[in-house]
Formats: sequence, C-alpha cells, structure tokens
Amino acid sequence: MNELLRTTPFHDWHLAHGARMAAFAGWEMPLHYGSQLQEHHAVRQAAGFFDVSHMRPLDVWGPDARALLRYALANDIARLDDRPGKGLYSTMLRNDGGILDDLIVFHLSSECYRLVLNAATAVQDLEYLQSLAHLQLWQVRFLPRDDWGILAVQGPRALSLVSPLLGVPALQNCPRFQGLELEFSSLFVARTGYTGEDGVEILGTPERLLAIADALHAQGVAPAGLAARDSLRLEAGLLLYGQDMGPADSPDRSHLAWTVDLRDPKRDFSGRAAIAKERHGILHQQLWGLVLSRHAIPRTGYEVLAEDGQIIGTVTSGLFSPSLGRGIALARLAAPYGPGMSAQVRIRHQVFPASIVEPPFWRQGKAIYPL
Amino acid sequence: MSQIPAELRYSESHEWVQRLAPGHFRVGITDHAQELLGDVVFVETPAVGQTVTAGASCGVIESVKAASDLFTPLNGEVCAVHAELADNPQWLNEDPYGQGWIFELQGSDEDFAVLLDAKAYAQLSGS
Repeated sequence: MNELLRTTPFHDWHLAHGARMAAFAGWEMPLHYGSQLQEHHAVRQAAGFFDVSHMRPLDVWGPDARALLRYALANDIARLDDRPGKGLYSTMLRNDGGILDDLIVFHLSSECYRLVLNAATAVQDLEYLQSLAHLQLWQVRFLPRDDWGILAVQGPRALSLVSPLLGVPALQNCPRFQGLELEFSSLFVARTGYTGEDGVEILGTPERLLAIADALHAQGVAPAGLAARDSLRLEAGLLLYGQDMGPADSPDRSHLAWTVDLRDPKRDFSGRAAIAKERHGILHQQLWGLVLSRHAIPRTGYEVLAEDGQIIGTVTSGLFSPSLGRGIALARLAAPYGPGMSAQVRIRHQVFPASIVEPPFWRQGKAIYPL
Repeated sequence: MSQIPAELRYSESHEWVQRLAPGHFRVGITDHAQELLGDVVFVETPAVGQTVTAGASCGVIESVKAASDLFTPLNGEVCAVHAELADNPQWLNEDPYGQGWIFELQGSDEDFAVLLDAKAYAQLSGS
C-alpha cells in the first residue's frame, strides 16, 4: 500500500488476522476483518477490541500546564482539580469559535495533563499549543507519547474481560471518564470509548498492548475495524472531527454547546468572546440526527430538504445503522428545523422521508427511537 | 486472496458474467468488489424488460459504509432479476459467484467474447 502512510504497532497483527486495510487520516488502518456487521454486533452484544493507535497521546507538563489548558480548551479543566486520573471531553477553539479539534484531557497531577488527540490534527494541535505557551511565556513542556499505542476494548462484557488481564479487580467500580495509571505508569487505562457502549481505552507500550490483544483474542473476543467503529459511533451520536464539524463550525452549531464552560467569569479562553457573542444572537444552524427507512441510506454530502422541497442542509455522516436496521445520519440543518419535524433526503434521483431527531440513536443497549 | 473462477468473464468495473446459454447471461459482482464494498445491506436491481447499456449504471449496491453503482458489462434486455436478494443482501458477500447473482440478460455472444478472462481480471484487480 501507499508507503507514505504511517502504520501502528499492530500492523503485522492486523495482516495476520485477515484485516482489509485502508488509509485513514494518514495512517494505514484495519477497515474490517471480514464483516463490519459482525464486528458491530459483537461490540453491541458482548465485546470487541480496536487498534486506535492513530489517535495520539500528548503529555503536557510544567507549572503552567493548567493555565495553558484552561486557556486552550473550551471546557474547564478546573473541574478536574484534585481528581487524579479524571478525564474530560472538550473542544479546542480558534478565537472566532471555530473548532480546531475535539479531545479528551486527563488530569494526572496539578502539573501534568494527558491529552488524546485525533490522528489528523495531532501535529497541528501540538504546534498550536506550543505557540500559545511561547506567546504567554508559560512554563510548559510537551511530551508526545510516540512510544505508546492505544487499544480500545468496548462492549457490555469489556470491563469483566479486561479486569483480570490488567490485574485490576475493581475496574467495574471505576467511574466513567476515570483513568488509572498502572504498572509504574507504563500503562494507562480509562473508562472511555467511542461506541456508545461501556468499555476502556488502554494506552501503553506496543508489547503490552499486543499481549492484551492476544489474550482477548484467545478468549474468543474478536477484533473490530474502523468501519464498525464508524457505525457504532454514529449510532451513539458521537461526532467525527473533520467530517461532522471543523474550523468553520462552532460548538453551539455542532450540538456541542455542553463542551463550552462559561461558569468562571474570570477564565479567558480561546473562542470565549465569539461564543458569548453567538449566544446573544439567534442560532441559524444546528447539527441534528435523521432517521430514514431501511432502504433509504443517507451518505455524506447528500442534500436535506424541507417537506416543501426547499434545501435546508447537508448530511455530514450517514450510513445504514446495523442496530436499528435503517438509514441514519447526522446533518447540518438551517434553523428552525429540528427534532419532531419532518424532512427529506435526496438519494440519487429520488427523495425519501426522514424524521429529524436529537442524537444519539442508540444508548446503553437499546434504540432511542421506536422502530 | 479473492476468488476469480476461470469459467467466467469479467468487466473492468468488477462484474462477472456467466454464459448460461447462447445469448443468455447471468451477472453479479466479483469477490474483489464485495471485499471493497464491505457488508452489503441493500441491492437495487434493474427491472425485468429494461434495456441496459454496457458500461452504464443499471442499479445500486448499498453497503453499510458506501453506495456504489451497479454496471452492466453487456448491452441487452434484462430477462430475470434475483428477487430474493431483497431479503438476503448478504449473499453478495457470502457467495458472490453463486447465490449472490444479481440479474440475467439477453445479449450478444460477440460482446461476451471480448470481456476480460480470469487471467486478465486477476491482473486488473491485483489479485
């Protein structure tokens, strides 16, 4: 395949286990190992594991690490003070409120934080944070964890499978978004994920992660590829950076207003003024869910129409939902179209009816909308 | 690696053609094509009696992740469609050269003769 693509430490493992590989955000990643549908259902019903080593951990150290991240992130990491290991989902905004990335930040200590960045944005995120620190003369050091990969284990059985492998009996008692440093900080396990199911994401050395993957596989847990990850995350109403939102979109227009924390009036952060201004006006656009029928499958870029035929927006992500057995999408729609209203999606030369809904489509083992 | 039965002919757009009788052909998509598409969830076939033109789209194959045009490799008139695919779209993945056939048409043996043979298709698809 393309020799310019980066590969993860699992590359040989994927090929040995029959993966069909594909390019994603500059990486050669497993798309599926035979059947996206089987992998999807395995995660919904039991468990599956994913190599997500294209996502990049970045440790931020120093006396001003907290000040830097309180400025750079829209959510407020002061929420994590005195809670070692606790994580928070946040957007990172430009001054004009456009989204630079979405990420999870963990508090390791008052002077050390760990970010997990998207593959496509990791390099520019680091450069951006470095430039902020440089401008403000903040005392911060950056340590990209290029020595680590990431293995996600997801599904209702994930915790009970992983606990004995890591020798952590109390993993089930670990709250959501809590991370634990294990094995003298050579392994970091957090109760997070991107599937709408319970589970963990494990950050560590390639050797350790491969051993965990092999142990899971020996117990009959199947690997799952990026294709299943995409259908799982879309059912869970989770956005994909660069596809559902990007620098031209604000959190308020991307169903992510909850990632913006304005409670501390003294905290200045990048994008704050723009968001405050946007909240004084009328929101002209929002990201909503669409539910269609079994044979109407919306795809990225398809037009969304009102019932009278007027164009009201565009599908940002769409696919056949394996759990719901119908077409679902996230779509960027003009105000005032929203949940409870009907729309149509143009699929090739026909238009198909769609219900506008509030994401997610699926949560904790069941469909949110009647089938 | 993907299967390419020697007795079939192939198109550059990854369909296979089987000659059932003189002037009577069956069409489906290749093993390579179904691997690229991933799990098929819906097939829109052409209609019986429809005239189809080689290289033109005559239907759609939807997988979980993508929609893809179905092309006909031969000119002709559709004389049968595989109606059971409506309830069993996974047959395209499980048995692309057997149960996963899509439609049949009446066409010309001369057109059939110039389609790719298994060896040429193997080169094209990198199998």
